[in-house]
Amino acid sequence: MQTEQPSSFSFTSENLDKANWHIAKYPEGRQQSAVMPLLDLAQRQNGGWIPQAAIEVIADMLDMASIRVYEVATFYTMYNLSPVGEHFVQVCTNLPCWLRGSDQVMEACKKVTGCSNGETSEDGKFTVLEVECLGACVNAPMMQIGDDYYEDLDSASAEEILKALKAGETPKVGSQAGRHTCEPAGGITSLTDRYPDRAAKSGGDD
Amino acid sequence: MLADKDRIFTNIYGFDSPWLDGAKARGDWDNTKKLIEMGREKIVDEMKESGLRGRGGAGFPTGVKWSFMPKEIGDRPHYLVINADEGEPGTCKDREIMRSEPHKLIEGALVASFAMGAHAAYCYVRGEFHHEIASLQKAVDEAYEAGLIGDDACGTGWKFDFYVHSGAGAYICGEETSLIESLEGKKGQPRLKPPFPAGVGVWGCPTTVNNVESIAVAPTILRRGADWFSGIGRPNNVGTKLFNISGHVNQPCTVEEEMGIPLKELIEKHAGGVRGGWDNLLAIIPGGASVPILPKSICDTVLMDFDSLREVRSGLGTAAIMVMDQSTDVIKAIARLSAFYKHESCGQCTPCREGTGWMSRVMQRMVTGNAHVDEIDTLEEVTRQVEGHTICALGDAAAWPIQGLIRHFRPEMEKRILDFQARSQAAE
Amino acid sequence: MPKITIDGEELEVEAGMTVLQACEQAGKEVPRFCYHDRLSIAGNCRMCLVQMERSPKPVASCAMPVGDGMVVYTDTPEVKKMRQGVMEFLLINHPLDCPICDQGGECDLQDQAMAYGMDHGRYKENKRAVEDKHMGPLIKTIMTRCIHCTRCVRFSTEVAGVTDMGLIGRGENAEIVTYLDQAVSSELSANVIDLCPVGALTSKPYAFMARPWELKKTESVDVSDAQGCAVRVDSRGPEVMRVLPRLNEDVNEEWISDKARYWVDGLKRQRLDRPYVRGKNGKLAPATWNEAFAAIAKATKGVSGSEMAAIAGDMADCESMLALKDLMTALGSANIDCRQDGSKVDPKVRASYTFNSTIAGIEDADALLIVGANPRWEAAVLNARIRKRHLMGKFPIAAIGPAIDLSYPVDWLGEGGDVLAEIANGNHPFAEVLKTAEKPMIIVGSGAAARPDGASVLGLARQIAEASGAVSGDWNGFNVLQRAASRVGGLDLGFAPGEGGLDTAGILDGVTSGAIKVLYLLGADEIASKDLDKPFVIYQGHHGDAGAHVADVILPGAAYTEKDATYVNLEGRVQRGQLAVFPPGEAREDWKIVRALSDVLGQTLPYNTLAEVRQGLVKANPVFQGIDDIQAAEWGEFGATGGVSGAFTYPIANFYMTDPISRASATMAECTDEILGGGEGKTGTDG
Repeated sequence: MQTEQPSSFSFTSENLDKANWHIAKYPEGRQQSAVMPLLDLAQRQNGGWIPQAAIEVIADMLDMASIRVYEVATFYTMYNLSPVGEHFVQVCTNLPCWLRGSDQVMEACKKVTGCSNGETSEDGKFTVLEVECLGACVNAPMMQIGDDYYEDLDSASAEEILKALKAGETPKVGSQAGRHTCEPAGGITSLTDRYPDRAAKSGGDD
Repeated sequence: MLADKDRIFTNIYGFDSPWLDGAKARGDWDNTKKLIEMGREKIVDEMKESGLRGRGGAGFPTGVKWSFMPKEIGDRPHYLVINADEGEPGTCKDREIMRSEPHKLIEGALVASFAMGAHAAYCYVRGEFHHEIASLQKAVDEAYEAGLIGDDACGTGWKFDFYVHSGAGAYICGEETSLIESLEGKKGQPRLKPPFPAGVGVWGCPTTVNNVESIAVAPTILRRGADWFSGIGRPNNVGTKLFNISGHVNQPCTVEEEMGIPLKELIEKHAGGVRGGWDNLLAIIPGGASVPILPKSICDTVLMDFDSLREVRSGLGTAAIMVMDQSTDVIKAIARLSAFYKHESCGQCTPCREGTGWMSRVMQRMVTGNAHVDEIDTLEEVTRQVEGHTICALGDAAAWPIQGLIRHFRPEMEKRILDFQARSQAAE
Repeated sequence: MPKITIDGEELEVEAGMTVLQACEQAGKEVPRFCYHDRLSIAGNCRMCLVQMERSPKPVASCAMPVGDGMVVYTDTPEVKKMRQGVMEFLLINHPLDCPICDQGGECDLQDQAMAYGMDHGRYKENKRAVEDKHMGPLIKTIMTRCIHCTRCVRFSTEVAGVTDMGLIGRGENAEIVTYLDQAVSSELSANVIDLCPVGALTSKPYAFMARPWELKKTESVDVSDAQGCAVRVDSRGPEVMRVLPRLNEDVNEEWISDKARYWVDGLKRQRLDRPYVRGKNGKLAPATWNEAFAAIAKATKGVSGSEMAAIAGDMADCESMLALKDLMTALGSANIDCRQDGSKVDPKVRASYTFNSTIAGIEDADALLIVGANPRWEAAVLNARIRKRHLMGKFPIAAIGPAIDLSYPVDWLGEGGDVLAEIANGNHPFAEVLKTAEKPMIIVGSGAAARPDGASVLGLARQIAEASGAVSGDWNGFNVLQRAASRVGGLDLGFAPGEGGLDTAGILDGVTSGAIKVLYLLGADEIASKDLDKPFVIYQGHHGDAGAHVADVILPGAAYTEKDATYVNLEGRVQRGQLAVFPPGEAREDWKIVRALSDVLGQTLPYNTLAEVRQGLVKANPVFQGIDDIQAAEWGEFGATGGVSGAFTYPIANFYMTDPISRASATMAECTDEILGGGEGKTGTDG
C-alpha cells in the first residue's frame, strides 16, 4: 500500500444500506462472507480503488482482522489498491480473443489513450490493462470498460468506442458487429422453429 | 443434429424476454410443485437415471453427486452452491443462461435444493459479469415476488432462498472448494480433500457445488423424464449440451447440441465452418483451455463427448471449442494459456505456484525458439512433476495444454528452436 | 483401530491419525515443510506425498486420515521422483545464498535438499526476488527465501492468537507480510523463527553472530518468569549467543516467550563482575572479596539476629536461598522472606501458592475464572495453553480485573473485588458456571495475592474453589499464577519468616523505623521502599540494578546461565538449570558466595559441595527429591475472611522489562519502543 492514502473512509448511507443487504444474505455469524461485495462497494464509492482506510472499516464491520481483509483485497484481481483512470479498460488477451485480434484492440487502446498495458493516461481518463478471459469468448475479441462488455471488436470499433468515451459520449454496449448476443452472425442455425425469421440463409457451409 | 423440440435452452440467444412472463411462456415454473412432490429420493433417482454428467468440466454424474448429501438434515443446514464463476478460457455458456434464461437456473436451484435437503442456494457469479448478476438478481426478485421461491416455494411448504454472490476476479474460484472458501469471505485457495463438501462444505455444512448448466437443465429433465434425456447422445455421454465455438471460425457462436455430435459437423453446421475451409484447420482445443489440443487429423472424426475425447487424450471439459487455423502460431497459443495459468495459480501449493511460472517462462522462450531441443523434454518432465501433485486440478490444467502441444506439435517446436539457432549463428 | 500397510508392513494405528503420523509410527521418514504437529494442517508444500493403492493420484500424507485397509508406499521410485520434483520446485526460486544465510546448518530446506533433491538444477530462468518485510525488532526477514509454507501465519493466528501475519497476493507473487509492516504484537512472536523451515524469518538480534556448529549447547530452564520453560542456551566461549526453546510437553510444549529468548543481550550489560564496597565518600568502590566480606563482618558485628533481615529476589536459585536461609538462621534471624512483592500466599500451605492444576492440566479444565491476572504478560506460554484450550471449545472463560486482550475471548465480569465476593457468595451467574463444570479452574494473579488485602483475595478464591468443587479427587482447580522463578522454590525451602520473624512488609517497616540494621538482598531489585539508605545493605546479584544502587556491599553473583542451580516452577515442578558459561570476572556461583561469607562471619555452613547443598534442600523439603516432578500439594486452609475492595491492577507494566536482565537488554528496550509504543511504564514490575 504505497499509494497516498486518504486518512479515513466511511460508506455513504446508501452504500451502507447495500452493505447491510449483502451481509443479510449470509447466516448468522457468517458476516465475513460479505467481505467481497463490501470491498466492491468501497471501490465503487472511492472512484475505482480501495483505500487502506476502507479495508479497516470493512474489517470492523465484519468483525475480521484487517490482514484477512487485506489478503482478500490482494488476492482477487478486480480490486484495485491504487487509483485507476476514470475509464478502466480491460482488454481480454486470452486465447479466443487473441485468435481474433486482441493485439489490434490493444493497439487501438494505445492509439487513442496513449496507454500501453498497465498504464494510466496522463489526464487520468483511461487505465488500460490486459486481462484474462472475461467469459465472452464467442464474441471475441472484447474488452470491458467499467462494468460494460464491448464485443466483436476490431481496430476500428475499438478506436471508436474509446474516442467516444474520451469525448464524453456513451458508446453502444455489447456486440459491435450487430449481433444480438451469442448467436451465429449469419443467422441462427438452431431454434429456427421458434425464430424462423432469424434463420441463416444457408446451412452454414462456406 | 438436435431437433428444436429437444432443446432445453429455447431463449439462449435472448431473443425473447428473460423475465418471468417470457420464462413461463417457455414452460419454466410450469407446475414446479409437481416436481417437488416427486420427493427427494425420486428426484435424485431420476437425475441419476437421466445420465446427466456435470457440465462444469469434470463430468461427474450430477444425480450421484446429489446423493452424497446426508439423507437426514442434522443440526447443520444443507446448502446448494451454484458455480457461476465461469472463467475457463473459451467458455461463455453460463453467462447466456444467467442473462437470457435465469429462471431455468432458479427453478433448477429450487428442485436441486429440495432434493438435497437444502433451504438455501448461493450462486457464485464471477464479478466481471456485472450485468448478468443484475439480470439474475432481477429474476430472483421476480421469483420471490411470485411466491415461486421464499418461505413457501411454489406452494410446496418448502422454504427456499436463493442468493447471488459475486466473485472478484479469480479463475481458481471455479474449483469447488476454493469457491467455498471465497464464499466464506476468504482468499480462494482450494481446500484439502477429504473432507469433501458433501460432508463439510460452506460454513462447515453439507454442501453440493454444481455448475450453472447442470442445475438449469434439471427441471426440464424432470419434466420430460430421464428416458428422454438419456435417449439423446451416446451411452454414458447423453443429453444436450451448450457448446461455445470460438476462434478461427466464420461465425463464432453458442449453441445447444446433442452430446456426441461430430466436432466437424458442429463447427460446420453452426459456426459457419473453419475460416478458409476445413482444410485450413490447424488444431482445436475442444473443451476449454485446460484440455489438450487436437490436431486436424483427429478433429476430422472425433465426437464431442466425454469418452470420445478422452480416447484421443483430450477432454470435453466445458465444451468450449477453440478453433485455430493454419495461420496460428500454435506455440504462442499454448504459451498464452501457460501465462494464464501462472496468473491464476493461487500460490498455495508448491508444484503449481512454482511450476506454472517455470512452464510459462520456458514456453515464452519456445515461442521465439530461444531454447535447446532437449529442453522440450525437460518441459514435458516439469509438466509431469506438476500434474497430479497439487491440491486442486489447476496444476493438471496447466500441464495438459503443454503436454498436448508437445504430443502433437513437437516437430514445430524443434523447428522453431533450430531456426532460432541458425539465425543466431548467422548473426555471429 | 484401523490397520494400515506401509511399505508392506501392516500395523495398527489409532483412528484419527494421519497417514504421515502412521508412517512415523512405522518408522518411515516422511519429509515435510509445511506440516507441524502443533499447527493446523495446510498440506501446501507437497513434500510428504506418498503413493496409496486405489488412489489415482499421490496423496499428501499429512492431510490424509488413515483408513482401515489402506496400503501406502513411501519408498518406491515414484515417491522418490515426486519428492525430487517438489524439492526442485522449492529450489528454483530459492536463492543460492546458503553461505550467508543464518539458517545454514539448521535449515530444513538444506537438509532435505541433501536427502531428497537432485544433484543439479534445470531451471534456467531468472529467480524471483521478493522485497523484505519489516516484522519488528526480533524477526529479520529475507523473503526471497520464503517457500510459502505458512507455518508463521498459522502459528501467529492459532497459537499466539494475533492477527498480524498473512499471505497476500497470489500465485508466485504471494508474499508473507505483517499488516502494514507492523511488528508482530505477540509475546511469542519469535517462535516463528524456529518454525520457519528456511532462512526467510531469522533472528534479528542474532543476525550473522554465529554458526550453529560453533555453539556449545546447554540444556537449561528459563527464569524470566515462573513457568520454567525448557530452554537451550547456546554459547560460544564466554558469551551466551542465543536461547532457544526445548521440548517439554508438560510445560512449554516447544514455545518460549520473546523475553526468555531475547533478554540474553542483557547478560552482557550492567554486570557486576567484582565486589564493591561503599566508601566513606558514599561512593561504591571496587573491592576484593576479602574486603567485601570484611566490610560485612564489620557491619554485622554487634548487630543482633532480630535486627537483620534478608529478602530473596525473583530469580534467586534454591541453593543460594537455602544457604542464605541457613546463614540467617545461624545468625539468629527469622526475618527472611522470598516474597519481595509482599505476596500474602501462605508459606505453610503449598496449595496456596502453586499452580495446582498444572499447565498441561489446563487442557482438561472446562471453565476458567481469572482473578486479577494478566497471564499473557505474567506467563506468556501458559497463556497460549489457555488459548489452546479455548480453541478446543466448550471452555467459558471469565475474568475479574481491567479488560485486556488476552488473545482469547474473555467475559470480563468487573474490575474489582466486589465481583469476587459475589461469586464467592454464589450471587453471581458465573458461580453457577463453575459449579456445573466438572473441572473448573481459578487462576489468582500474583499481583492480586500481593495486595494489602491479598489474604482476603486468596480466602475468597479458596471459598470459590471449594464451593464449585474445584478441589476434588485428582483435580485441584485452585491456582496462583506466580511470575517469579524463585517464588515457589523459596517458599518450598522455607525462605519465609520463621518463628516471630518479619515478612517483607514487616522488614520494610523495620527498615523505615530503623529496627532493621542489616538487610541482605539476594537479587532483590524490586523493593518498594524509599528508606533503603538507612540500613546496611548487602546486595548479592548479577546486575547493577536497583538493589546494587542502594547497597553498601555488592557481592557479584551468577546469572541463571552461569550456574548449576535448582528452580521450582509455578506448578511446583523442581527443575535444574545448568551452567553454560562462567560468571564474568570475579563473580561466583551464588550459594558459594554465601558459604564463603558464612566462614567469615564465623557461622560456617555445613556443606562444601553442590551435592551437599542439594541434600540440604531435600532435608528442607522432600519435594526437592524429584527432578522434573510435581508433588501434588495438599489442600488446606489459607487466606483470610474479609472484604476485597478496589479494582485489581496488573503487576507488570511492561512485559519486556521486568527484571535486572531484561532491563539491561537493548533488544528488550527496542521491543518496548516499537511494540508497546515506547515510554509508558518502562519501570517494569511495581511489586
